[in-house]
Amino acid sequence: MKVFSISVDSVYVHKMWNDHELSKMLDGKDIPFPMLSDQNGNIGRLYGVYDEESGAETRGRFLIDPDGIVQAFEVMTPPVGRNVQETLRQIRAFQYVREHKGTEVTPAGWRPGNPTLKPGPGLVGNVWKEWNPKQNLKD
Amino acid sequence: MKEFGPGCQRPKGQPRPVVETEVVQEVKKGDERKMIQVGKPAPLFSAPAFYQGKFVEVDLEEFKGNWMMLCFYPGDFTFV
Repeated sequence: MKVFSISVDSVYVHKMWNDHELSKMLDGKDIPFPMLSDQNGNIGRLYGVYDEESGAETRGRFLIDPDGIVQAFEVMTPPVGRNVQETLRQIRAFQYVREHKGTEVTPAGWRPGNPTLKPGPGLVGNVWKEWNPKQNLKD
Repeated sequence: MKEFGPGCQRPKGQPRPVVETEVVQEVKKGDERKMIQVGKPAPLFSAPAFYQGKFVEVDLEEFKGNWMMLCFYPGDFTFV
């Protein structure tokens, strides 16, 4: 998984933020992914996350598969932070589905190790035998 | 990722050329913005970046074949 962060800040500000704040959260290590600079908002406009009024980008997260296809995205207004656990869960689920070439699908709340579903005529009307909210939607 | 030296001109990110023409044409058509759709190709672009002590040029084309995650956020030194 190649991760890229993007904001309208310059690469110089990225460096300062890495050096003076973020690295302190990482025991002195640098941010492990490239911090991209989109000062004119062009990339944000391409992805529909550039807010012309504030001149900044909203909290958009896009998952792209090895074929360059967008598999998922989530866009939030600035005051609420993301949930990395949920992002990781989605990545694992998309990777699992891809590895199995779509023969298995992951139901709501799926986590690695949980049963998947195999779509087919036999499953119609029988999902309740394989999946229930009590077992699969607990935190 | 090619390294670049600091200069006085602002380095800027850009959509890959093909995509850029699409965007320009779209704006002419009446400023309709195309929303990203799942199951459709992600627009590619290149942009300057800070990465482990260096300034580099990142071109998404170079990373095709990998899973990628793009994370946009409002700004450095903001709080969330």
